[in-house]
Amino acid sequence: MEAVYDWARVLYQDTGINLTFIYDSYDRDRLIDGFLMTVWLSVICLVLSVVIGIIGAWAQGARSRALRWLVAGYIEFFRNTPPLVQLYFFYFALGSIMPTTTNRFGLEEPLLNNFAWAVISLSFFAGAFNVEIFRSGIEAVPESTKEAAEALGYTRLQTYLEIVLPLAFRVCLPALNNNLVNLVKTTTLAYAIAVPEMLYQANQIWSDSVNVPEMMTFLLIAYVFLVGVLVWGMHRWERSMRLPGFGS
Amino acid sequence: MNRPTRKPVLEGATDLPVLLPAAGRLARTATRERAAGGPLPRLRARHGLWLLAILLLSAGVAEAQADPQVKESVVTAIFKWMPVLLQGFVFNIAISFLAMAIGTAVGAALGLMQISLLPPVRFGSWFITQFFRNAPWLVLLFFCMFLLPFEFDLGFVVIPFPDWVKATIGLALPVMANVSEIVRGAVVSLPSGQWEAAESLAFSRRQTLWEIILPQCVKRMLPPWMNLYAILTMATVLASIVGVSEMMTQTGRALAAENRPELLIPFYSFVLVCFFAYCYPIALWTRRLERRYQVKL
Repeated sequence: MEAVYDWARVLYQDTGINLTFIYDSYDRDRLIDGFLMTVWLSVICLVLSVVIGIIGAWAQGARSRALRWLVAGYIEFFRNTPPLVQLYFFYFALGSIMPTTTNRFGLEEPLLNNFAWAVISLSFFAGAFNVEIFRSGIEAVPESTKEAAEALGYTRLQTYLEIVLPLAFRVCLPALNNNLVNLVKTTTLAYAIAVPEMLYQANQIWSDSVNVPEMMTFLLIAYVFLVGVLVWGMHRWERSMRLPGFGS
Repeated sequence: MNRPTRKPVLEGATDLPVLLPAAGRLARTATRERAAGGPLPRLRARHGLWLLAILLLSAGVAEAQADPQVKESVVTAIFKWMPVLLQGFVFNIAISFLAMAIGTAVGAALGLMQISLLPPVRFGSWFITQFFRNAPWLVLLFFCMFLLPFEFDLGFVVIPFPDWVKATIGLALPVMANVSEIVRGAVVSLPSGQWEAAESLAFSRRQTLWEIILPQCVKRMLPPWMNLYAILTMATVLASIVGVSEMMTQTGRALAAENRPELLIPFYSFVLVCFFAYCYPIALWTRRLERRYQVKL
């Protein structure tokens, strides 16, 4: 590793290309933290959005009309407004009416910090798409399959967990993957409310070291690499999970 | 010919006849969204009503909270700031127009390069397309904001490059990649019989492309292209993060000047209503075109 750090130092001396995030341990740690934050934010939002999607899909099939309307309203609101405006709406508008707590230094602090709001906002954004995806997937499973499961003595929950969901999941996978890739791209918006993810940390580094071109180029390549690997992996997964005979 | 050959797909020919039409619908939507490079907005008239209801409700609540003696009402505040906000909104629209024009022009060329017969051209344009499709919009925006010079000195004339021009270019890059993918997708989606028939009628490749393939593609490309425009319009608010004075920035400034927390929800709702009022007719029109151009082959 030391050789790489030295190489970056020599590169800076020889060419003026200042890759502080390689040879400077402080900047390196910041950038790694930022990268982990991006991954962490994506993973939490992914899990929460899938949970929201499953609950929402279930609620859409509920008997109560009010519940169905509520879910429909939620989907339409989040599908049709820019995610940045949603984030601002959550953080600034809703955040302003949330109660505050006192921390251990005796200072007032909001109940939910910016990271929590980013998680909430992005999860709801991605979740709105997941509800529809899951519902379509569940709708695609025919009654006869469910009846067959019932005839074999499965309970309603068992049928749902062991018959309907595995089939629906395979139908949903391409759409889910689109959503996941989009979610990873959308995490950059958390920059706007100062969540220390990769874009924000890179911004801090270039503000300190005045190496904007290097950081920008690195950032672009890093994101394209991250999303590219994700897209590639997901395509492979989709192919291996494909239902035989369905789709071209 | 080394065009991608397509397997003939027989309608309803499956060895697993268990899935209901919803599966096919979902698969189609997934393909469309993958081609458009993002979640497609899907507006209906009732969304506008809901947004208006939120605006009015929050204004009413804020109204009730406000002290009538000291402060002016929320509605008057919105009216007072409306010219500034709408000016910002017009700026958003202008940016979206310009970015779409640039993106379409470059993207169409890139898309045609993706179906070129020369492997280096094909691979190069494919790489550029994938690169800009996979990069987050905000990162591309930052990239253009910070790395483009603020003016170009050509020796005899200095072309100024204000931040909104840079933001436009930053937004045009992902649009370019997505247009390229739309063009390629449309050309590939045409049945190979069209190419073969043209070849048998002694059309050259260029003639086939310009006189037979592309005219048919325009119809197929229009709906996804308009969807992309709607996505772009929604993305123009990103320019506020890099400091262009568009609607979101103006809203922030107005709120900072007023410094009244009860105005937050009405003002942000107003932004949402404005975007809805602009995007909804486009969505309606797109749906109409989609229905009209549904090609049965």
